[in-house]
Amino acid sequence: MKLTLKIWRQKNSTDKGSLETYPISDVSEHMSFLEMLDVLNEELIEKGIEPVAFDHDCREGICGMCSLYINGEAHGPDRRVTTCQLHMRKFNDGDTIFIEPFRANAFPVVKDLVVDRSSFDRIQQAGGFVSVNTSGNTQDANSIPIPKDDADTAFDAATCIGCGACVASCKNSSAMLFVSAKVSQFSLLPQGQVEAKERVLNMVNKMDEEGFGNCTNTGACEVECPKGISLDNISRMNREFLSANIKK
Amino acid sequence: MSKSTFYTSVGYKILMALSGLFLMIFLLQHFVINSLSLISPDAFNEASHFMGTNPIVQFLFQPILIFGVVFHFIMGFFLDLRNRKSRSNSYVYNKPSANSSWFSRNMIISGITVLAFLAIHFIDFWIPEINYKYIQQSTEDPTRYYHELHEKFALLPRVIAYVVAFFFLSLHLLHGFQSSFQSVGVSTNKTRLTFNKIGNIFAIAVPFGFIVIALFHYLTQH
Repeated sequence: MKLTLKIWRQKNSTDKGSLETYPISDVSEHMSFLEMLDVLNEELIEKGIEPVAFDHDCREGICGMCSLYINGEAHGPDRRVTTCQLHMRKFNDGDTIFIEPFRANAFPVVKDLVVDRSSFDRIQQAGGFVSVNTSGNTQDANSIPIPKDDADTAFDAATCIGCGACVASCKNSSAMLFVSAKVSQFSLLPQGQVEAKERVLNMVNKMDEEGFGNCTNTGACEVECPKGISLDNISRMNREFLSANIKK
Repeated sequence: MSKSTFYTSVGYKILMALSGLFLMIFLLQHFVINSLSLISPDAFNEASHFMGTNPIVQFLFQPILIFGVVFHFIMGFFLDLRNRKSRSNSYVYNKPSANSSWFSRNMIISGITVLAFLAIHFIDFWIPEINYKYIQQSTEDPTRYYHELHEKFALLPRVIAYVVAFFFLSLHLLHGFQSSFQSVGVSTNKTRLTFNKIGNIFAIAVPFGFIVIALFHYLTQH
């Protein structure tokens, strides 16, 4: 395949940045999108051009490191996959592909396609955990009976890899799908009940502090989420938020 | 519940949803009363006279309604501005149609259209009504309402304005109805489809009904 890549290049967070055009040939349809970028970078290095910086780690859809806004969609045109799982067979010979970083004020660009998503870490630190005494007397998890539906729903929420596609896709740069998944994965389980009230309040407050926008329920996040995190989590978080405030 | 509850992103959307739900209830009762004008001028006059003279409606519900309308619009503009600030640099190439509907993304456009219509509507009906009752203090005529409504729709530009406004109101409600239930946390995976279906019926039937009423009164005098 021969392709024309329009890639966002930005030297650092203060640089204005612009789209640069790179033609690339001999792209195999079996390559992953990141492998195609690896090939491009090899070519750029051989030509003495600075390679394109992009985030990646596990390359199997687990770590949530890869991002990229490809042809106007987070993680590209495929559904339920991360950029590393996107294959070049989804494109056609001769295509022009636009590659941009995830854009949100809470995700500042570090360089080229790399963005700083540490705001998600700070939201997690604000309450996305269960405090467990690990001094040797931890209760066996299997000794606490949990209804199957609750366990499944909590697990579905826990599959959120925190990639930020929800924020990137949302017209308001809202992080509510991410935060609600992190709230739900604990609130549905008995282990998470103890800190449920503080968790939702602290995480929502931290989300606001970080400068994410407001959810207007367009549903774009759910469609673009590589893990299919449901909007139901946002509704649950809203319920928990109201309930926590009433009990306060 | 503390004061700070509603000064958060979740609090804002809950307030927006509650005011929207309140306005939808008002819209439904307004539609039901206006629909009487298609069936019986006497029934319409009776209902309008009750609404126009009942002190609870006039001095309790009417101020609440005006507050609800003003609050919903101010909150809508405030949230839209806040959301725009959350992304300073736009995408060069974006494809929002791949993941969301036009009307869900453009509530501010449909909202502004409805606001413009409300201005016309106030000039047409509400201001003359207030003038008639409270400034001129004219003698109340329980049979005046049907004629006033009927005569307003003699002009084609007004009817066209109504049709356009209610088309945009329909778009606004197509997203707003189900979105309200999502925002207040009532919607779940099991109930979301039901809310969507009821919302679609409401968003099409009620504005279309208002259009039918406007067209009926125009066509029956031309």
